[in-house]
Amino acid sequence: MTSTAPLQDPGSLAADKAVDQAVDHATDHATEGHGDFRLFGLATFLVADGMTFAGFFAAYLTFRAVNPLQEGSTYELELLLPTINTVLLIISSFTFHRAGKECRGGNLAATRLWLAITGGLGVAFLAGQMIEYFSLPFGLTDNLFASTFYALTGFHGLHVTLGVICIAIVALQARKGGRISASDHFGLEAAELYWHFVDGIWVVLYGILYLL
Amino acid sequence: MCTVPIRTVLTVITATTALVLTGLWVGYNVNMLPLDASSNAPTYDALFKVLFSIGMVLFLGIVILLVYSLFRFRRRSGDLSDGLAIEGNLPLEIVWTAIPAIVVLFVGIYSYDIYERMGGMVALNDHSAMAHTAMDHSAMDHSGMASGEVSQARVWGGIGGAGMDAAPTGAVLPVEVTAMQFAFIFHYPDANITSGELHVPTGQPVELHMEARDVIHAFWVPQFRLKQDVIPGQPTVLSFTATKAGSYPIVCAELCGPYHGGMRSTVVVHEPEAYATWLQQNSPASTTT
Amino acid sequence: MTLANPSDFNGNLQPQGWLRYFSFSLDHKVIGLQYLVCGFIFYLIGGALAGAIRTELATPLSDFMPRDTYNEVLTLHGTVMIFLWIVPVVNGAFGNYLIPFYVGARDMAFPRLNAVAFWLIPPAGILLISSYFIAGAAAQSGWTAYPPLSLTTPAAGQVVWILSVLLLGGSSIFGGINFIATILKLRRPGLKLMQLPMYCWAMLGTSILVVLSTPVLAGTLILLSFDIIAHTGFFNPALGGNVVVYQHLFWFYSHPAVYIMVLPAFGLVSEILPVHARKPLFGYTTMVYSIMAIVFLGLIVWAHHMFTSGTPPWMRLFFTIATSFIAVPTGIKFFNWLATLWGGKIALNSAMLFSCAFIVNFVFGGITGVALAQVPFDIHVHDTYFVVGHFHYIVYGGTVFVIFASLYHWYPKFTGRMLNEDLGRLHFLLTFIGFNLCFAPQHWLGLNGMPRRVAEYDPTFTTLNQVSSVGALLMAISTIPLLINVVVTALNGKVAGDNPWNALTPEWLTSSPPPVENWIGEAPLVTEPYGYGQHQDQPQEVQA
Ligand code: HEA
Ligand code: HEA
Ligand code: CUA
Ligand SMILES: [Cu+2]
Repeated sequence: MTSTAPLQDPGSLAADKAVDQAVDHATDHATEGHGDFRLFGLATFLVADGMTFAGFFAAYLTFRAVNPLQEGSTYELELLLPTINTVLLIISSFTFHRAGKECRGGNLAATRLWLAITGGLGVAFLAGQMIEYFSLPFGLTDNLFASTFYALTGFHGLHVTLGVICIAIVALQARKGGRISASDHFGLEAAELYWHFVDGIWVVLYGILYLL
Repeated sequence: MCTVPIRTVLTVITATTALVLTGLWVGYNVNMLPLDASSNAPTYDALFKVLFSIGMVLFLGIVILLVYSLFRFRRRSGDLSDGLAIEGNLPLEIVWTAIPAIVVLFVGIYSYDIYERMGGMVALNDHSAMAHTAMDHSAMDHSGMASGEVSQARVWGGIGGAGMDAAPTGAVLPVEVTAMQFAFIFHYPDANITSGELHVPTGQPVELHMEARDVIHAFWVPQFRLKQDVIPGQPTVLSFTATKAGSYPIVCAELCGPYHGGMRSTVVVHEPEAYATWLQQNSPASTTT
Repeated sequence: MTLANPSDFNGNLQPQGWLRYFSFSLDHKVIGLQYLVCGFIFYLIGGALAGAIRTELATPLSDFMPRDTYNEVLTLHGTVMIFLWIVPVVNGAFGNYLIPFYVGARDMAFPRLNAVAFWLIPPAGILLISSYFIAGAAAQSGWTAYPPLSLTTPAAGQVVWILSVLLLGGSSIFGGINFIATILKLRRPGLKLMQLPMYCWAMLGTSILVVLSTPVLAGTLILLSFDIIAHTGFFNPALGGNVVVYQHLFWFYSHPAVYIMVLPAFGLVSEILPVHARKPLFGYTTMVYSIMAIVFLGLIVWAHHMFTSGTPPWMRLFFTIATSFIAVPTGIKFFNWLATLWGGKIALNSAMLFSCAFIVNFVFGGITGVALAQVPFDIHVHDTYFVVGHFHYIVYGGTVFVIFASLYHWYPKFTGRMLNEDLGRLHFLLTFIGFNLCFAPQHWLGLNGMPRRVAEYDPTFTTLNQVSSVGALLMAISTIPLLINVVVTALNGKVAGDNPWNALTPEWLTSSPPPVENWIGEAPLVTEPYGYGQHQDQPQEVQA
């Protein structure tokens, strides 16, 4: 597992651990295990990813503020389905959290169950999104709002799809003798962090696109 | 810090004074700009001289200091020792944080003032002259702009009319400018003239209402020190008062395609009487009657 | 928790010898050199394109190449130089080579990601250049790709351009994540943040900018490609879109990008000056704060590229003030460098010559930058050769000069051999003269009425354009002594020894070139990377 992780000199690492904790008053903490900075790296990536969304949001809000609404276009959208979708996604964050807890507790069967529920909720979300797409009265190139709507929700949907795939992989790995266990569950934590991120983005998106 | 000998202090003061004087001399005596042919060109040139002087002082100062230390503190051959272990000096660092801060603050406020005088800070969308031409946009409605109707309502930027107070010789002369690949077309709504060249009188404020048909262009007259993008779907405005008769180039300054470099025109600035003659000769009314 | 055995990390799995430079190596030193050489090849390509530009501009008529080819050439020149030369080299090459040494690690935090980030670059570059041949026409709307022009020029070339820039942006983001994780999380136990060499801080700041701004460019280009391919109307006014929104999004990346190009150069200079002046870096703490101030300010000044784009007055005012204030932290750095030299024992070798010329050039470009930041000033010179002069003074006179300085400084570390000083000085002289001849006259041209991105111009500007072209020719010639130097010394140059400069930063405390995992045995704990003149027991002191 550590072949991708850089080496710290075995001798110095153990010896300096104590020194490190005593001496290092800097903002970060000493690397406890390798999972630590991998999650950190993922978090950095999510900041970057979040900036892509931020760019889209900014573009949408600017269009809305300065471009007059085109003929035949409206900012009013059907709310029922997206609201249900929002609830599903928020619930899925909790179910994923539960899966993580079970995993740390060593209960792999329960982990898999909760992961399956989470993945199911994700698929339900995507299905809801599809239904919405097909029932909307406008298509991608109809007007500026329509294009922006599809770009935003589509890009987010892509993230959800990726998340569902990750969940499936993690669920597979969480069987006995798989790569994920109570003591070593970086994959699961990473997928969880990512999933929470995708949820958070959706909440913002829902607020801006549907409620505003 | 060790005590500073009087002689050093004197040298520093003399050198700084000499530097500042040189910078000012260069800034005010080396001319880098073309003829100034609009009422805000002299305003611009005043700003330029200030910026040029400050820049000269800073640049020369730093270069002299650098070259001096390279010479003075060069390593003699055979000397393998280190320099002094000085790691910092708080008062000094405060000084060289404060000086640039004061300089840029001054420059910022001064250029704001200049910009204000040029009319750049005028709120464009409640300008009375604007309302007049916004309704009178008939020429542009036929130009094929898909978003023509929506965009008429709002002006997006540029330089408004405040800079014209200095020259209240007459009413504002509105001209509609259409830019396209690869030409400017000027339309005089009051006289109903359409022309490929811009003709304006000296002393009268001119207000250009600009919109592009295809891609972004930019209207630039170097002798006026003015430039404004001409944007499809987003009308912009540019006001100026020409002061010196003559012909000056109008340059397209925004990459707009292969012939961008050839997208040029001329602004002919007439004395008011000559301008009246030009109007007479070119207005369709005079030719049909 | 097991730690892998050092020998199976890189040792056995990776090819050895020169072949490893063509492999998916995970060694940060190999990757660093891959970036360097690859970037340099693209520099030659970008320079050849610049040569074509200057040839065309040697006469006022458009007679050397067709007009649309000229636009392709300048678009490729800008894109290649920025995305394939400057950014990969100051970040990727030196960052990968030096950062692990500086934090006392054996490699970057994510070696595999690191290799992926590098290997995105050659295909992206080849794609970009070959678009001229495979797509029939390369992109021709400038490196800024403003719509609607970019929507109306030949679509295939523009799409390839977008694809290539997206790949390069991805590479840049991966690199940035890796640097942040390495600097913050992989430091040798006992090493504090405020003891890191300045280049680490510069790379940390740069990487923050990369992570925050590059994704916005990616998003924007994706929207642009929708406009081209799927005929959406985000930026198409004919379909109700807004062209100025593109400009905001583009410059939200591309202004920070200029600091992505220059902050690492600042860092490298901060390493080179103390070594050859034999003095500690002056004002370490304020240097760190000014880097962070530049990062912060760099994120909120983008609209100074849009003063004539129809932005509202309050916005222009805000961006003028914010931009001007960047001069303050940048000035701090420059005065600190001067103070570093003051009272030193300065060796005027090639590395030092290039570094000092960097100071001169950058201050010039910075001052014209502050002038450009003033709205009324910019309204006259925006999109003219004054701007071209400004940024070449900074990107070439600043960053490229620093890359050359760094090459002379670290070449002994890379190869174990010294570069020849006489050839180095010749290289410096030709570059410095050629550079100033080429770009100084452009300021006057811009002020007097020559717009940029034109293949033909008013004949009154002929003489100065010819001076500029001669300067470009000199710059091209100046690469000859450099290339000879590198090739000849690599074969039989003077052997450098481990630490030819008697430097104190950690990369010198190992052999030259360093072993696969940087140090045999434990990584040294360097808490005073600039402790010159402090240790009286140093051997050189005894000699003096
Ligand atoms: C590495 C690249 C780099 C860097 C570091 C900079 C640095 C700066 N740039 Fe530049 N710039 C570019 C690359 C760069 N630029 C490019 C590529 C373009 C053109 C893009 C295009 O359109 O294609 C451009 C264009 C550009 C414009 C737009 C011009 C136009 O299109 O109309 C402006 C306007 O404000 C500007 C300003 C500045 C400023 C204020 C700085 C400041 O950071 C400079 C600060 C430094 C100093 C000031 C010197 C040191 C300071 C002192 C010695 C202290 C004392 C000084 C004073 C008190 C003034 N730049
Ligand atoms: C970022 C870095 C960078 C660098 C290093 C350079 C380097 C150079 N640039 Fe560039 N330039 C840009 C970035 C850069 N430029 C950008 C961003 C633009 C704007 C583009 C746009 O408007 O969209 C621009 C635009 C630009 C223009 C304006 C074009 C126009 O607006 O019409 C000009 C004109 O003189 C120019 C000239 C040069 C020259 C002479 C060099 C020289 O310094 C180059 C010196 C190097 C060499 C001469 C290489 C020598 C080697 C050979 C010749 C051998 C080649 C052999 C083989 C390939 C086999 N550049
Ligand atoms: Cu029109 Cu350039
Ligand atoms: Cu900028």
